[in-house]
Amino acid sequence: MVSYVKPTIANHVFRALADPTRRAIFEELTRQGEQTVHALTRYAGVSQPAVSKHLTVLKRAKLVRHRREGRETHYRVQPDALAPMVDWLRHYGAFWRDRFDRLESLLEGME
Amino acid sequence: MSTPAESPRALVIERVFPHPPEKLWRALTENQLVAQWLMKNDFEPVIGRKFKFQSEPVPNWDGVINCEVLIVDHLKRLSYSWTTMGVEFIVLWTLTPAEGGTHLRMEQSGFGPDQQRAYQGAKYGWQKFLGAMEQVLARTD
Repeated sequence: MVSYVKPTIANHVFRALADPTRRAIFEELTRQGEQTVHALTRYAGVSQPAVSKHLTVLKRAKLVRHRREGRETHYRVQPDALAPMVDWLRHYGAFWRDRFDRLESLLEGME
Repeated sequence: MSTPAESPRALVIERVFPHPPEKLWRALTENQLVAQWLMKNDFEPVIGRKFKFQSEPVPNWDGVINCEVLIVDHLKRLSYSWTTMGVEFIVLWTLTPAEGGTHLRMEQSGFGPDQQRAYQGAKYGWQKFLGAMEQVLARTD
């Protein structure tokens, strides 16, 4: 009964957020709202090219979107993108509860 | 996101079984028994042992979960990695004697890179992230 909702999309989201620096950037955008790449670079404490690379991964997973204003690129979160991940986790929750039921039956039949 | 059972924290599943820890331990570590309630597998309770869970393939998923045994703490804790579709989780089983039986706790968590103590890994762990994520989702509801 392991079933998944849109595994490919969930997988993109998981992979994007598997990196702690990317999670930190995503969290910062969640807390602060829209931020420039410069501000995010100061926050993350890694180089700007590194931050840009992380942002590209987040963008590909549709977790953030950007807009350009003059020389600056501004990023903001797209919280809807987390939905497949949450679905996926819920399905795992249902999966484990079902397995716990089976375990209970098995234990009853065991010596 | 107010009901804990429906939130991402549902990855912690707990139940008290009216059976002694020894019996639960067998059900968790003898692969023929594990196959009866979880999935077919070639698990052995040996740290470092690589094994697979095999379930029915479905579209876009071959049904294989690749695992490696991480903790074997007799009658107390059992842990293995759980990698599927390129995403690595850690499954941790904890057994605690309880009144009339055994309290069993299953926690499925942890992304791979956190284990490597990557940049701010400790600070931005999975639990903290899930908490933040719930706030985000609560705002969009």
